Amino acid sequence: MTTVEEHLLPSAEPVCLIDQNGVPHDHPSYRLPTKEALLDGYTQLIRGRRFNDQASALVRQGRLAVYPSSFGQEACQLAATMVLREGDWLFPTYRDSVSIMSRGVDPIETLTLLRGDWHSGYDPYEHKVAPQATPLATQLPHAVGVAHAARLKGEDTVVMALVGDGGTSEGDFHEALNFAAVFQAPVVFFIQNNEYAISVPLARQSAAPSLAHKGIGYGVPGERADGNDLAGLLAVLGQAVNNARAGEGPQLIEAHTYRVQAHTNADDASRYRQDDEVTPWLDRDPIERLTTYLEQQGWLNDDIRATAEAGAVQVAAQLRDGLMPEPEVDPADLFAHLYAGETQQLREQSAFLRDELAREEA
Amino acid sequence: MTHVKISMAQALNQALRDAMTADESVVMFGEDVGALGGVFRITDGLTAEFGDKRCFDTPLAEAGIVGMAVGMAMNGMRPVVEMQFDAFGYPAFEQVVSHVAKMRNRTRGRVQLPMVIRIPYGGGIGGVEHHSDSSESYFAHTPGLTVVTPATVADAYGLLRRAIEFPDPVVFMEPKKLYWAKEEVDLTESQPGIGTAVVRRDGADATLIAYGPALPVALEAAEVAAAEGRQLTVVDLRSVVPFDDETVCAAVRRTGRAVVVAEASGFASVSSEIVARVTEKCFHSLAAPVRRVTAFDIPFPPPKLEKYQLPSVDRILDAVDDLQWEDS
Repeated sequence: MTTVEEHLLPSAEPVCLIDQNGVPHDHPSYRLPTKEALLDGYTQLIRGRRFNDQASALVRQGRLAVYPSSFGQEACQLAATMVLREGDWLFPTYRDSVSIMSRGVDPIETLTLLRGDWHSGYDPYEHKVAPQATPLATQLPHAVGVAHAARLKGEDTVVMALVGDGGTSEGDFHEALNFAAVFQAPVVFFIQNNEYAISVPLARQSAAPSLAHKGIGYGVPGERADGNDLAGLLAVLGQAVNNARAGEGPQLIEAHTYRVQAHTNADDASRYRQDDEVTPWLDRDPIERLTTYLEQQGWLNDDIRATAEAGAVQVAAQLRDGLMPEPEVDPADLFAHLYAGETQQLREQSAFLRDELAREEA
Repeated sequence: MTHVKISMAQALNQALRDAMTADESVVMFGEDVGALGGVFRITDGLTAEFGDKRCFDTPLAEAGIVGMAVGMAMNGMRPVVEMQFDAFGYPAFEQVVSHVAKMRNRTRGRVQLPMVIRIPYGGGIGGVEHHSDSSESYFAHTPGLTVVTPATVADAYGLLRRAIEFPDPVVFMEPKKLYWAKEEVDLTESQPGIGTAVVRRDGADATLIAYGPALPVALEAAEVAAAEGRQLTVVDLRSVVPFDDETVCAAVRRTGRAVVVAEASGFASVSSEIVARVTEKCFHSLAAPVRRVTAFDIPFPPPKLEKYQLPSVDRILDAVDDLQWEDS
């Protein structure tokens, strides 16, 4: 018989089903995903890694204003969407481009915000992906609202709400968890703890035993997983989504991972951490360990490798082709989409700009 | 339809009731809006009538309330939320500015947020600290928001119905000093829409421009001025954003003199904006600089001192006297 508190507490250790050497481990509560799921995950990991590499290269070439890379966190990015159904929603942050792409959003549209020609490049309703949030944790109350509305309408939607370790310090994180718990909203709050909020390490962010422990204060069950183990993440997030869909209310999952690269290209990570801290994390790479496991199982044949590589090549080419040309911007866009109707003031300002541009051309 | 004598609070309550009856996607939530019916009773009886899924209490957290409304509006509902008191809305400010105001724009019009944020505002009820702020300028400064404030019972009903039907988010400022003011009104009578100012009184000598809690004071001042021989036009803004330049400027051009009356502090405020607009657009019709009667630039004072802060009939008449009359 477990007490309420025990039910809410995360596992003593992060759930890990395939360790950093590619060795599988039994777990009392979670089972290894199927061969098909892991092979699909492998293909997506290869593609996600290439997306990160290519986007970083495009920043160096001046094609993107900035790119917050999720290099090393690809397992989190992909597991978050692999466990969702078509009708479910994803609420991403600025670092979650790979998640957004894996949800089906066109890779170029995924990067529109970071290229700088519009604030959000995709239609949120098409793949049920909210606009990327730059202010931390502010998207979490929205996720609760979408989930609560779905419940009122009798839909069995689940909302996957992403947040980083830094975001858990924001008031909106706490308000969202509390609201979701009180209203029993089907939201999976998924913390990608990558140990750094720009330069501030986790120890300066929280004194809690783990970020998953924060759920207990709100009556939200917490769980934690090895954030570089796709198998463990699929099992834990899959279970959380099932629980939320079954009416058990919100769930809080923390993935322990690491931001291998700097916050963005504008950040100098050497000012706040040493290489010897980074190096061990390279041995825990999510792609390496899954590859080792799949090879040992004899599941990884040349066909699958070729398919994965082709997907990676395709996404890289797509990014280069789509982002190399300078985007065409229309100054009239400045005044579009402020309101459903026009206002006299914006009409006047729009006309002013038009005249000014016409005079420049003449 | 017959005219009934009701208060602004009752008119707002009726507007919510009628909106919820007309459209099932309208939901009302906030702090104490359920069983209690709101601290000002604006939501009185709604939970009993529509159930606790349509009108419900939330945890005490304004950012959470507004943030949840964003998500509900994204998912097909029309949330109406209450901020209880002006200054209690500040924790939700980031949600309002960063998300409510920008969602349509950042998604190229794909995500609309038909939601209403009701904020009881202003002084004059003897409230203690943090219960009497005039916060409209913060919202008016933010592109993407629509900001309206009724000053009459009929407008309280009409503007709230319009705000709930509106496709964009509306910050609905309720002058709490006027909650208990009663008028004989026919609620079915249609009122001008959002974005339209209304001339409440006609006079050829000068124009008073006012909104919300300042309107009755301006009307009273016009009454006194008439007895003293000066005929004042009184324009009720009704809608701060969008701003009705046409009605305001037509009145100012006709009278050649203007005083803006507002309860908020004057510095960098809605009243400053009105003076700037009127000066830019009507300069050649003006016989005198546009004057303002506003609160001092201080935090809203304790209740025993608020009478010195609020615009008064005397201050308005003094400002009118100061408009460089040839005969004086």
